[in-house]
Parts: sequence; C-alpha cells; structure tokens
Amino acid sequence: MSNEPRTLMYREALNEALMEEMRRDDTVFVMGEGIAERGGSYKVTAGLLAEFGEKRVIDTPLAEASFTGAGIGAALTGMRPVVELLFIDFALLTLDQVINQAAKLKFMTGGQGNVPFVMRTQGGTGNGVAAQHSQSLEAIFYHAPGLNVVMPSCPHDAKGLLKTAVRHNDPVIFIEHKLLYMNEGPVPTDDYLIPFGQGDIKRRGSDVTLIAWSNMIPRSLTAADKLAAEGINVEVVDPRTLVPLDKELILDSVRRTEHVVIVQEAVRRGGVASDIASIIQAEAFDYLDAPIEIVAGLNTQIPFNLTLEAACVPQEDDIIAAVKRAVYA
Amino acid sequence: MTHDKDRLLSFYHRMLMIRQFEERVKMMFLEGIMPGTIHQCQGQEASAVGVCFALNEKDVITSTHRPHGHAIARGLSVESLMHELFGKSTGCCKAKGGSMHVGDLDQGMVPAIAIVAGNIPLATGIALSYKMRREPHVAVSFMGDGAINEGAFHEAVNMGAIWKLPVLYVIENNRYAASTSIEKMTALDKLSDRAAGYGIPGVTIDGNDVEAVYEATQAALAGARAGDGPTLLELETYRITGHSRRDPCNYQPPEERELAVKREPLGRFTGKLLEAGLATQAELDEIAAAVETEIDAAVESAKAAPEPLPEDALEDVFA
Ligand SMILES: Cc1ncc(C[n+]2csc(CCOP(=O)(O)OP(=O)(O)O)c2C)c(N)n1
Ligand SMILES: [Mg+2]
Repeated sequence: MSNEPRTLMYREALNEALMEEMRRDDTVFVMGEGIAERGGSYKVTAGLLAEFGEKRVIDTPLAEASFTGAGIGAALTGMRPVVELLFIDFALLTLDQVINQAAKLKFMTGGQGNVPFVMRTQGGTGNGVAAQHSQSLEAIFYHAPGLNVVMPSCPHDAKGLLKTAVRHNDPVIFIEHKLLYMNEGPVPTDDYLIPFGQGDIKRRGSDVTLIAWSNMIPRSLTAADKLAAEGINVEVVDPRTLVPLDKELILDSVRRTEHVVIVQEAVRRGGVASDIASIIQAEAFDYLDAPIEIVAGLNTQIPFNLTLEAACVPQEDDIIAAVKRAVYA
Repeated sequence: MTHDKDRLLSFYHRMLMIRQFEERVKMMFLEGIMPGTIHQCQGQEASAVGVCFALNEKDVITSTHRPHGHAIARGLSVESLMHELFGKSTGCCKAKGGSMHVGDLDQGMVPAIAIVAGNIPLATGIALSYKMRREPHVAVSFMGDGAINEGAFHEAVNMGAIWKLPVLYVIENNRYAASTSIEKMTALDKLSDRAAGYGIPGVTIDGNDVEAVYEATQAALAGARAGDGPTLLELETYRITGHSRRDPCNYQPPEERELAVKREPLGRFTGKLLEAGLATQAELDEIAAAVETEIDAAVESAKAAPEPLPEDALEDVFA
C-alpha cells in the first residue's frame, strides 16, 4: 500500500482519527451536543452515527458538567469516551469534573483506576462571536496536574495526536481552534500516531526560536516568511502538546539561536508562555542573547467588533515586531 | 379579546417590530454585511411581548443567546440594537457584545448571556437583592427548553423557591435546542411539571397567544410581588427560522413546521384583530409602514455610525 499523503482539512483529519479509533476499539464512544445526526458544529463527528449507531454516538442534553462527569465515570470502568465541548468557554462548566475528578482519581485512589477520558473542545478568536465564545483557556488545564493538554496546529498533527489521545490511559484535554477547521494539509494514508511530549519544528531557522501553538503557528509561519525576506531566519517550534512539554526540543533550539519569542493567543497574564519562558531562563540562561519576548493577548475580554477583536490577540505585525526586538536587542 | 384596542395594537406593533427587525437582520446577515453570528426569534414574538408588556418599568429581565425579541419587547430601541449588531460604538453595548449580548440595564434588561442557563442564577440573585432591600420589583429569567437540563437551572430555581423570591422563570419551549429535539433531552411531556420538584407553581400555556402570555405573566407577577415566590411558566412556541446563521432546519419535520407556521403568533393575532373588528387593514398597514420606516432609519444610521477605537478594548475591564 502506498503512503502518499492526501490533502485533508483539519476537521476531516480529526474525523478520520475518530473513525479509525472507533473501528479499532469498540470501547471508544463519542458524546456531546448535536454531534450525532448533525455531526457537530464543525462536522468533526460527521458520519459516525451512520457507521457506529446511537449507542456509541450520543447526543446529550445541554448538561456539560454531567455528561463530562458521565464520560469520566465510564472511563474509570473500562470505556474510552471522547466527549465534545462545543466551545472551550462551555468547558468552564465542567471544571469540577475535569480538575477535581478526572485529573485526581488515579492519584487519590493510590493508582487503582485509570481515566482514559478525552475532552475535545475548541477555542480562540476570529469569528466575531464575542466574549463568551472566543476565549483561549489552555492555561487553566495546563495549571492542573494530571491532565494532558494537546493543541494541534495542522491536519497531520490533529489526526496523529487525536489517535494517541484516544489510546492514552490518562485524561486528555484536546483543544482545537475555530479558525483551523478548514485549513488543509498533507495527511499520510497509513495509520500513524504522534506521541505526546514530542514537539515539531515547523520551520528551520538560525536567528531566533519562535515557540507557538494552535492557530498562532500558521500566523507565525507567515510572519517568518516575511522576516526571511528581510534576512531574519526564524525557527518555528510547535510543542503540539503543552502537557507533557517537549522541553528538550525547545531548549535545543534556543541553544542554537540564542534568541526567543513566544507567541500565544491567550491573555498574557498567567499564561503558558510565561511558564515556558521561566523554563528557558532556568535551563538555558547562559545561551540567551536578549530578553525573551512574549507576544500574547491583551489582558481583557474578547470584544464583538472585529477590529477590536483583532486588537486583542497577536497579529502578524505584532509577531514581526517582537522578532525584530529580540534579534536586534 | 379582553383587552382594549390600544393595548392590542401595541402588542401588534411590537410583535411586528420584532418580526421585521429579525427579517431585515437576517437579510443583511446573509448578504454578509453583518459580522459574527445571530440567533433569531421569528415565531416567538408573542412570548417576548406578552411577558415584557406585563412588567413594570423597574423590573428586570435576563435573556439568552436569542435576545433580540426580548430586547425590543423590553423597550430597547431598534436603533441601539442595530448599531450593536453592526459593531458600532453607538450600539447598546458599545460594540463589545454584539447580537448575543444585547441589553441595557437602564431599560430593565441585563445584557444577554450566551452561556445556556447562565442567566438563570442571575435572575435569582437580582430577585434576592430586591427582597433584601424591600423593593417591589420582579426579576424574570427567559430560557429555552434546552436550558432546563443544565444544573444551573435546577440550582437557581430551587433557591428562588426556598427563599420565596420575586422571580419568574419563563421557558420558551420551541421544541429544539439547536438541532436536537426536546424528546431526546427530557422524559417529560410538560416542562412545567418540573415545578413540582421545587414546590412552586408550574403553568403551561400557548406561548403563541400574546394575550394569554400577558395574562399568565400578570398572574405570576402578582404572586411574586405578594411574597408567594416564583412561578415556572412554560410558553409553547416554535422557531420558524434557523437556530443560528445559515441553519437550514432540516431536523424540523416538514409537517411539524408547516403546522407551526400556521400557528405563528403574528399572523394569528392579525387575523384575530381583523375578525373581531378591532382594527382595519388600513390601520395595520399604517403601523407596518411606521415599523419599516423606523427600521430603515436604524439601518442607515448604523451604517454611518462610528467604529470603536482599538484602545476601547481595554475599557470597562478590571485588569
Ligand atoms: C452552556 C452552553 N452549552 C451549549 C451552548 C451552545 N448552544 C447555544 S444555543 C443552544 C441551544 C439552546 O437551546 P434552548 O435552550 O432550547 O434555546 P433556543 O436556542 O431554542 O432558544 C446551544 C446548545 C451554549 N451557548 N452554552
Ligand atoms: Mg429551544
């Protein structure tokens, strides 16, 4: 069988991952709002009902806390649920179940039970859907010990990481981005998995290490192309999973380039970028040639107006300016 | 028809205003000249108007992701709404909220909450504050049929009940939560039966009959103001438009939809007014023309209104 990659959209790649995992293992099931007949808002679960039936493709009532909790309970007793939260903003309703139950059950029981539970959700700005539908909240899950936090930036990674998530024996928060679903990219034909904790260099460069994830990757890659035209070679590093974090890949790049820019869409305060910066300065301080630059969302709510919305999150120009500050400092 | 002509025509005027506002917004949305998303209420005008017209000026409503009708019924101008939907700084929420968050505290409407059921505890709390300060107002929480399956509904209604708060919980049962039909989400036939679980009265009525809605609301408000606590009021209705932008509604069976279109509140009320001789077609046409003029003006002024400035993003946030 040839393994010529095809071009798939991010949402199609996710769909394939679910299809394949559900065929492979009949303990895998999906559950969420409008995911069965409707196939989900972004069509990630399209076609699952037809193939796997109502028993494994479940439309829930609007009851996020409890269908999430039900997924965790099912996971504890041998199932592999993939629960969908339409927007990460609604995942806030599930925090007791996710952080107090899913993340802790293994620990609190002295290792008696596993929780192979996946929450798929979606965040970020870009559609003018305002303050309750646009947040980037990965830091909340990143902060809580016991959760894998996965944020794929392209179709290839989306598929390989979701398959790994389904097979993982500990809870996974799998965060997609609303602007990525229609993005296309090559996806291998053969079965493949991407291990957690293994980042990827999306662009090689020698002048500066730019660390980003999710939708900040395509944006940073465009910025990097423009900077290349000005003679600045940016290395774009995508950790892909924030927990576990591929520290070695990041530190190795930093040791080579000696300059660092970290780009996150989430608000600046208390974000993952600050934590990565602290790791770099603790472990590669001697290599740094300039202060670490962080480009992040403003510490505010996401407004409805599109111009205001854009002003709240990093844009290409902000990334370019930060790279220049880092390199010319 | 038990109400006087002025009141009946005011019901008509406001329901028509909502319908025409929604139709115009839908058109502009499909043309792509409006940003974001929209959840519209064509077919549910009677519940918004019947409830809000029974309120006093200082009463407060909390609303949902589908708030345009509630806002217009509560008295927000179509101009301030249209400006908000266009994302202009002159909108009711200065372009920060958009379609899903319209509101105006001075007009008795908390900016709408787009987290399903997130608005219900707020109404309980507003009622609590009225009771603590011995103010004679009532809080009203609108919600969809889907919202009653959220934990927040249960917790908030229970507190309203045990503390006998001046609050009214209004379910607009349009039979669907997005594309999922009500049969898939609850084992109950009558949603107001939930009231028994909280020890409060539950009432189910035809939510497409504006007069009936008005009267049922009045009765519930009287109880709330008298210290008897909340009522759970279920208004049976139907959404004759998409759940949100570009929803083709193919989950609504055609026969069900056809029937619902026949039962939609505005056409029914128009027929009733004409049959009872309470209004002439000419009078209704005059009202319709005035509505069109007001909406035209709102659209024109919204298009011309100023955009907010990027630095406004940092205003009104405690940071
Ligand atoms: C907590 C939460 N879950 C899910 C959603 C997504 N969502 C928006 S509207 C809606 C359906 C709500 O149904 P219902 O309460 O019946 O109100 P209707 O839309 O029919 O007016 C859903 C699922 C949301 N906004 N908030
Ligand atoms: Mg509904």
